[in-house]
Amino acid sequence: MRNQFADTFYQIGRADPRLCIIVADISPAGSMAKFRSDFPRRFINTGVSEQIMIGIAAGMAQRGFRPFAYTIATFTLYRPFEMVRDDLCYQNLPVTIVGIGGGVTYSTLGATHHAQEDVSIACSIPNMNVIAPCDPAETEAATRWCAQQEIGPVYLRLGKAGEPNLSSEAKTPWTFGKIRTLREGHDVCILSYGPITKRAFEVADRFRARGRSAAVVSVHTLKPLDKSGIIDILHRFAHVIVIEECAPNGSLSMRVKELAWESRAVCRLDVFTLRDQFVHCYGSHDDLLAEHGLAPERICEQLGLN
Amino acid sequence: MLTSPSLVNGLDIDAARKRCRRYRRRILDISQQVTALHIAPAFSCAEITDAIYNSLMRQHTDGSYRDVFMMSKGHGCMIQYVILEDKKILTSKDLDLYCKPGGRLGAHPDYETPGIVASTGSLGHGLGMAVGQAYAEQLKGSDTRIYCLMSDGEFQEGSTWEAILMGANLRLENLIAFMDYNDFNSLERISEKQTAFYPLVPKAEAFGWEAAEVDGHDEEAIVQAVLDRRGGRPLLVVCRTTKGKGVSYMENVPIWHYRAPNKDEYRQAINELSEGGI
Repeated sequence: MRNQFADTFYQIGRADPRLCIIVADISPAGSMAKFRSDFPRRFINTGVSEQIMIGIAAGMAQRGFRPFAYTIATFTLYRPFEMVRDDLCYQNLPVTIVGIGGGVTYSTLGATHHAQEDVSIACSIPNMNVIAPCDPAETEAATRWCAQQEIGPVYLRLGKAGEPNLSSEAKTPWTFGKIRTLREGHDVCILSYGPITKRAFEVADRFRARGRSAAVVSVHTLKPLDKSGIIDILHRFAHVIVIEECAPNGSLSMRVKELAWESRAVCRLDVFTLRDQFVHCYGSHDDLLAEHGLAPERICEQLGLN
Repeated sequence: MLTSPSLVNGLDIDAARKRCRRYRRRILDISQQVTALHIAPAFSCAEITDAIYNSLMRQHTDGSYRDVFMMSKGHGCMIQYVILEDKKILTSKDLDLYCKPGGRLGAHPDYETPGIVASTGSLGHGLGMAVGQAYAEQLKGSDTRIYCLMSDGEFQEGSTWEAILMGANLRLENLIAFMDYNDFNSLERISEKQTAFYPLVPKAEAFGWEAAEVDGHDEEAIVQAVLDRRGGRPLLVVCRTTKGKGVSYMENVPIWHYRAPNKDEYRQAINELSEGGI
């Protein structure tokens, strides 16, 4: 995802001189290094200084540029939180803040580097738009949208590197603010976003092995949420499942339950989120997800699929 | 070297004194329509703000400003509001509706109100945005200058020092910051307890800025400090000021940070600010 973001940003940035990127001491890999060498004045490294990263982005947006602020998710949103809220969201500036390694991607670095409640926090700020693509292809589409939009600030939550493409079967293109069916199905519908969408496919495969067809839907835009699209799913399917890499409070799961209640849905609804706790363990990304109760076996067990 | 703004064109000291008296009286008038407002923080920076608007900022032939003013100490915005009213950028009705339903002016400035370039109020944000604005103007190849007025308390915010470092790293010659050094936090004098706050000018210089210190109620000195700069880097002008300047009972009395005078206090203040006052 990181490389796809960089490739796309480079392509758009070549043509649009308003695009600039402000990073806080994160090494520019792939095309980002190329952008830096081709357009050195539009690549600004603030060093280990996240507050000024956001301040510069705000000031440049006020003078007509389209800045992206880019670093590890915790440092793009948490450390400079009041700058994000006041400078970007209160003033409703078209700045994209890119969080690399959303969720517990940085699985060996401890909770200081886990952006496990980033989506909840970002969604709670007025004017903020929140996008979490599920794969490199959605990352490209989302990056293009971010670079050209005029509506306000965006939190673009990405994984890290090496994510598989999950959206190749999708029949519809990525559209901001609209859920997107990645795999058709009619018995069960699994809503997900971000790289953990691969887990939704694994669970869908288990349903298929049991002779039940499960749809997989990318809720890539968490804010504004496609309420009517989700309500439609809650009424079309007998069983809806949410799998996400986010703390429970303020999660998509919470929103889907709210929509189910408001729309008097009668489907079965199961949700799987990160736990509301800091885990003190280290290992692979999958190890961390398992520690949070998101191992495939555990999800399947709770769904009665074992 | 930067080209110098014209002193003759910009600054008539007698006229500036009269304007600042008038601005202070206007703020006192508005104080009688609301329960509380930031008078003393506006009075301490009246001359600085007047010098920026009436001498330093350059205008296009149609009267619009080529340069940008950022009120980073958002709680000082009353002085900006009355100047914008004087410049006919805000209307008298805007001022009459200050902090009232249906109005558009609050106790802190709000982005996209005419004449207001950023929403400030939380301290330590303005200089960061000003750094971004100044850099953007350099990228565009424009000669627009960004004038940023800050409180001394803002220099206690870590974010300000991040902005100072980046302003120097990016060699933002078109960024000029003013510190309204009235020596008062809400609680107490900075000079009494915050000894590591000093020295000011050498500290700014050590961080890669050009810096000067002047009497912040002497407009000629303020403008001269900007004219005398060597250039090539951002400039900080430390302006020694008196909080509540111009009204004896408000000067250096912390409670006037956010309080409106009663009728008797109002009358006394207006008398002190009549012709022949400061």
